[in-house]
Amino acid sequence: MSKTGLIIRREYLTRVRKKSFIILTLLTPVFMAAMFVIPVLIMTSKGQETKRIAVVEQQGHFFKGKIHSTQYLKFDYLENVRLDSLKKHFDELGYYAILYISPKVGYIPSAVQLISHKQPSIEVVTYISETLKKEIERQKLLAYNIKDLDKILKSVETDIRLKTIIINAAGEEKETSTGIAMALAYISGLLIYMLTFMFGAMVMRGVIEEKTNRIVEVLISSVKPFQLMMGKIIGIALVGLTQFVLWIALTLVLVTATTGVVMHKSKGNSPIQVPTSLFSGNTDQGLQTNKANTKVIGQEELSQAERMLNALKAVNWGLIVGAFILFFLGGYLLYASLFAAVGSAVDNETDTQQFMLPITIPLILALFIAMGTFQNPESQLAFWGSLIPFTSPVVMMARLPFGVPAWQLIVSIVLLFITFIGTTWIAAKIYRTGILMYGKKPTWKEMWKWIRFRNY
Amino acid sequence: MILFHADNIVKNFSNHRALDHVTIKVPENSIYGLLGPNGAGKTTLIRIINQITAPDEGTLTYMNRPMTREDIYSIGYLPEERGLYKKMKVGEQALYLAQLKGLSRHDALKQLKHWFEKFGIGSWWNKKVEELSKGMQQKIQFIVTVIHEPKLLIFDEPFTGFDPINTQQLKKEILSLRQKGATIIFSTHDMGSVEELCNHITLINESRTLLEGPIGEVRERYSENEYELRFDGDVNLLTATLNSRFQILEHKKENNESVVRIQMTNNGSPNDALYALLEAGKIISFNKITPRMNDIFIKVVSEYREKNRKNVTAEAENNK
Repeated sequence: MSKTGLIIRREYLTRVRKKSFIILTLLTPVFMAAMFVIPVLIMTSKGQETKRIAVVEQQGHFFKGKIHSTQYLKFDYLENVRLDSLKKHFDELGYYAILYISPKVGYIPSAVQLISHKQPSIEVVTYISETLKKEIERQKLLAYNIKDLDKILKSVETDIRLKTIIINAAGEEKETSTGIAMALAYISGLLIYMLTFMFGAMVMRGVIEEKTNRIVEVLISSVKPFQLMMGKIIGIALVGLTQFVLWIALTLVLVTATTGVVMHKSKGNSPIQVPTSLFSGNTDQGLQTNKANTKVIGQEELSQAERMLNALKAVNWGLIVGAFILFFLGGYLLYASLFAAVGSAVDNETDTQQFMLPITIPLILALFIAMGTFQNPESQLAFWGSLIPFTSPVVMMARLPFGVPAWQLIVSIVLLFITFIGTTWIAAKIYRTGILMYGKKPTWKEMWKWIRFRNY
Repeated sequence: MILFHADNIVKNFSNHRALDHVTIKVPENSIYGLLGPNGAGKTTLIRIINQITAPDEGTLTYMNRPMTREDIYSIGYLPEERGLYKKMKVGEQALYLAQLKGLSRHDALKQLKHWFEKFGIGSWWNKKVEELSKGMQQKIQFIVTVIHEPKLLIFDEPFTGFDPINTQQLKKEILSLRQKGATIIFSTHDMGSVEELCNHITLINESRTLLEGPIGEVRERYSENEYELRFDGDVNLLTATLNSRFQILEHKKENNESVVRIQMTNNGSPNDALYALLEAGKIISFNKITPRMNDIFIKVVSEYREKNRKNVTAEAENNK
């Protein structure tokens, strides 16, 4: 095995065997899977505990049977019951809540109360108020004595679900989801940012460790400083890739396993709703679900789960994953060599701050540009951000799910790898001088001198 | 044959000159001592020999040809500032470092086993380095320095941190390495070990060579014709017998024996002294005193400083 190979092997093995690595590698997929599965679990588990709500009207029974019971809400219409006594026996009766409606509800919006022990969920509240609102509107309309009102109302009822379709040059159409594109852009951009930082800092700590341990002089009499630096950088890159691949694989396994179990349990209960709220921030989720349950689904309408699946299928996963690995590697290599240079210049981790600044600023800037990209993927800022090597890994990954021309992708990757060679060259010069310098923290001027040294 | 030759080495750092035309010639199969006070430039010279830093002027010759970076890998170097990965296991780490020296895994394991047995540290193999004491760690470092059986070995302050027993063991190993054909350069402050081990020395002070040569020659050069005499008798008697050719420097009584240090003046031979002593009492021993390296070191360095101080004062006077 070559010396660089030996170094890579040591860097890789010592890190992969660490407890912290194993724990992080195993726990992250659990969290990721939980992010996907828990909303599904919450939705499906509702069917098991039906909430009973007592409906009491101050006068008359205008609303009797008007608020439909749903899968997990059951409305009991009580007559000739006084609210006081109901409140008194609330616990014995086992109701979840009491809905008290005053006749003034037609013109005073707040003339209806929901009384319960616990704060009722937003879903329950919206469902009741939406239904009441509709009912009151219907009653008011009825007062105009319009003929065939029910028919008219039925015929004007509309529902809009915007389908987004991407058409490519060959004329093929794909149904897509802006929500999924956003989610992908967000997750992959952020992941590159985090991984670059995490593994870059790992390189830096490794260099500082060797320097403060004073093992570096022993090593330097066996290998070239450049071999030592590259061995470390590549070794840790492999650690990163291992972790990434394990995360993806374990997350997939966990998600399929748990959703499989959940699906099986809830079979015949209701169709699984893939939690779009996770991606799109849709707060009306609960209400939509209820509507879907109470309505007959037309032939034209696909269930949300199917739409989601179609949209997921439409994503070019090969491109996304391939680009992710390339941009992660490029970005990591670019920054890791700089991190190594910083590590070599200082004696301990607390001294790194001053030199970290020029490294962290472009990375943080990249994250900000990426955030802007979600709003407007076509902007000039996003374009330049995705080409300039110091920001391109994060920004390009944020742009990619919205579609990027091939030439931009290629230019971006080429620029990134050229810059990586450049930064590594500079970093190696700082590194080989820095690792043997102890004592005084170097100034920028001194580091510039190290770069220009011909003699080492 | 000269194995290694550093010729007229000059090295400047930003605000001072660390080495000023220093030359060392290391004969093959010798132990070469690099002496000098702290900050004299020893470590800088060693780093230049190891190609860690490049000299500003001067040439390095190894086995009669210019030294290259590749030669370093056939050298065993034990730096003054040495360390190990704290979290790594001893055996694994020794194996890694040995492999970096170019040994195959198989050979490295075989050699390590041999050395670990020799030092009686086989039980450390699966311990983490951080569990070992500093001296224990240094044993490991010594092993990985010599494991690839290099022709040239460079030890920078090898004995610091060792207890006397381990120091003795290390000295024994260094001598046996030489017997097996290795050439050894080592720097130290411990003058006792210099006398025990070295064949050649160079004394560097304030970036210049002050003293150089085979150790016997150097000691002879500083010898001042002094003899130590032990006898059973009275010192006063002796004073009378010794005439003007001898000078009594010091005398004392030890366990009823008189110990006298005499210096020969003019060209007196020790035989004359012995003649004179025959009548003084029962002679127990008569030894020539060769100066200790420690004394030579102190003498040479303080003389140099004194001279320098005078020069500086003289210069200051002239400038007035």
